[in-house]
Amino acid sequence: MSASASPNPKPPFWTIARRDAAAGYVFIAPQLIGIITFVLVPLGLVFWYSLHEWNVLASSFNFVGAANYQMLLADPNLPQVLLASAIFSAGLVVLNMTLALLLAVLLDQKLKGIVVFRTLFFSPVVVSLVAWTIVWSFLLQNNGGINGMLAMLGVEGPNWLRTPTTAMISVVVVQVFKNVGLNMILFLAALQGVPKELYEAARVDGAGAFKQFRRITLPLISPTILLTSIITIVGSLQVFAQIAVLTQGGPGMTTTVLVYYLYQQAFQFHFFGYGSTLSILLFVIVAVLTFVQWQLRKRIVFYEN
Amino acid sequence: MTRHLLKTTAATAGIILGLAATGTAWAQEAVNLRMTIWSANEAHLAMFNEIAEGFKASHPNVSVSFEPLPFDSYTTTLTTQIAGGNPPDLAWILETTAADFVNSGALAPLTDAFAAMDGYDLADVTEKATELWTKDGQLYAYPFSTSPFAIFANNDVLKAAGAKTPAEQIAAGEWTWDNAFASAAAAGQSGKTGLVVRDFKFQTWQNLASIWNGWGAAPWSADGKTCTFTEPAMVDAMTAIHKAIFTDKAMPGPGEDIDFFAGETGMTITQISRASLLPKENPFDWDLVPLPAGPAGDYAVVGQAGVGVFAQSANKDIAVEFLGYMTNAENSKKLAQFFPPARASLLNTETLASTNPLLSPEQIETVVIAGIANGTVLPGHTNFAQIQQTIRAGLDALWVPDADVAAVLGNVCSSVGPLLAR
Repeated sequence: MSASASPNPKPPFWTIARRDAAAGYVFIAPQLIGIITFVLVPLGLVFWYSLHEWNVLASSFNFVGAANYQMLLADPNLPQVLLASAIFSAGLVVLNMTLALLLAVLLDQKLKGIVVFRTLFFSPVVVSLVAWTIVWSFLLQNNGGINGMLAMLGVEGPNWLRTPTTAMISVVVVQVFKNVGLNMILFLAALQGVPKELYEAARVDGAGAFKQFRRITLPLISPTILLTSIITIVGSLQVFAQIAVLTQGGPGMTTTVLVYYLYQQAFQFHFFGYGSTLSILLFVIVAVLTFVQWQLRKRIVFYEN
Repeated sequence: MTRHLLKTTAATAGIILGLAATGTAWAQEAVNLRMTIWSANEAHLAMFNEIAEGFKASHPNVSVSFEPLPFDSYTTTLTTQIAGGNPPDLAWILETTAADFVNSGALAPLTDAFAAMDGYDLADVTEKATELWTKDGQLYAYPFSTSPFAIFANNDVLKAAGAKTPAEQIAAGEWTWDNAFASAAAAGQSGKTGLVVRDFKFQTWQNLASIWNGWGAAPWSADGKTCTFTEPAMVDAMTAIHKAIFTDKAMPGPGEDIDFFAGETGMTITQISRASLLPKENPFDWDLVPLPAGPAGDYAVVGQAGVGVFAQSANKDIAVEFLGYMTNAENSKKLAQFFPPARASLLNTETLASTNPLLSPEQIETVVIAGIANGTVLPGHTNFAQIQQTIRAGLDALWVPDADVAAVLGNVCSSVGPLLAR
């Protein structure tokens, strides 16, 4: 070799550590590219749009700074819209979680044919959301199936989708029946993970059925309760199809939830800038709620370790 | 390197061979025009394709594709395409959103371009029909359909309920809203349905103009700046409609979706083009009559559809040329088969009878021709979608049995007032 060879040869670039790191990046690349393309870039763009007045028809796109955010604070419809969202989410979470837990406890039995019931309650989850909602819209019509059945019992049913209170109840119940099966399965899995010997020990100590549920079951499935409540709340804030099919936000604005209002502003009224501002608001609300729930887990969620 | 060169050569050869095989004109670039429409009717599409073929005779490099979008979400889909950077070259536009499209600068002006075309007679199109689509003396969309609202009656249902048919009332000179509502109430109380305002569904309130115009009512002032829902004419008209729905059962209530053409309804208000929905099997004894007279006298209401060219289109000039061809005297006759024309030369019984075989000469005279000549267009406004939704939300309070009509209409004006004044 030549005499100019250096006494300290340059270390090879591909050290084992670097090779491992590169392999790691390659492995996560598909997921990462997907997240960047379909989540982070659109998120950034929505924020960018929210600083603009975008008139699609006139194809004008002007920077307006915080004007859309000032409009948000002054929007006379916003309190009503946020109230509708809050009522919808609260109703949905309470009803969905209670019903899901109740069904899970009932179905957590070693009985012949119980699988049939589990399948039955889960089946709406796999039905197309819009098809499910359209069928319900026929049932809930004033001269529809539900009022027809009530009439046979001699009861005059309300005009479900056209009366403010019943319209909100209807969209909540339709959504609960659609998705309760998913939470039910999660609860069922958690229930079956509770060690049976704990119940035996409790029985020996004289705990009744309710006390066992309260002191053993609930704490041990609390991680699942946290998970399902986060999923359900986030899902409830994103409700759209049910509103679009069943009530179009009416009567009045009683069922105009935030996502539907955002859709109206952007896609029906062509205010894409303001629509983007509303979606930033939705993003902030979801982020804050999730953060709060995550913090609460330290206080109320039980982990084995 | 060699391999790359081989690939390129092969690709080039493929393209050349492909072009040669299809016989594409080398001299002119191929142009594909896209027009969004809201009809998916096979007969309509066949006619449009025929017109596009005819255009190919003089412009062999131009082909036109027609893209049907669902009617309910038509404008939303169209604006989403525009926002997504993929606008069509031409589009149908609804009368209600005409102001948005015409005033925004989204459309290319047509008047001068049409004037430059051989034998194009724009003056033949009635001024009343072009008014909505014109700004500063320039036409921005061609009103290819001016379709009067009229009443289809099912005489079987009306007679079975012991009610007078519209024809009998017209003959007796008493075809008024009072009597029309009375006939509808008789049908409604007999267990059938009385009168359906088609497509209204307690959402599309602008279709009620087909009733309230008889009272001389309008949703806003002529300049569009002031809400007029609280004017006495509107309060009276809405009171009559509310009574017809909730007291007399003359009209179906909210949440009852009923189709006249199923044969169980006394009357419906809709556009004459719906005659195609009359059942061929188990037909009923139907009639088509003009809207009855209201307290303010005789009146007519029309719905319009225009077709315009997007100013942003890369093929704007050729699209304008195609629009001129599509709406020239000869092709207007073809269009008149399905879309009532607003051309004076076509507004006669002979032309319209040959294209509307379902209608009698008398129906064409009293409903179609008189309707197009005298009709007021459905209400429209700049920023219509938001105004429409705001009024819809306000009017929801009216569609309950014990509503206070004047108070509800007052609330409508206070919520929509600021939007109109903008």
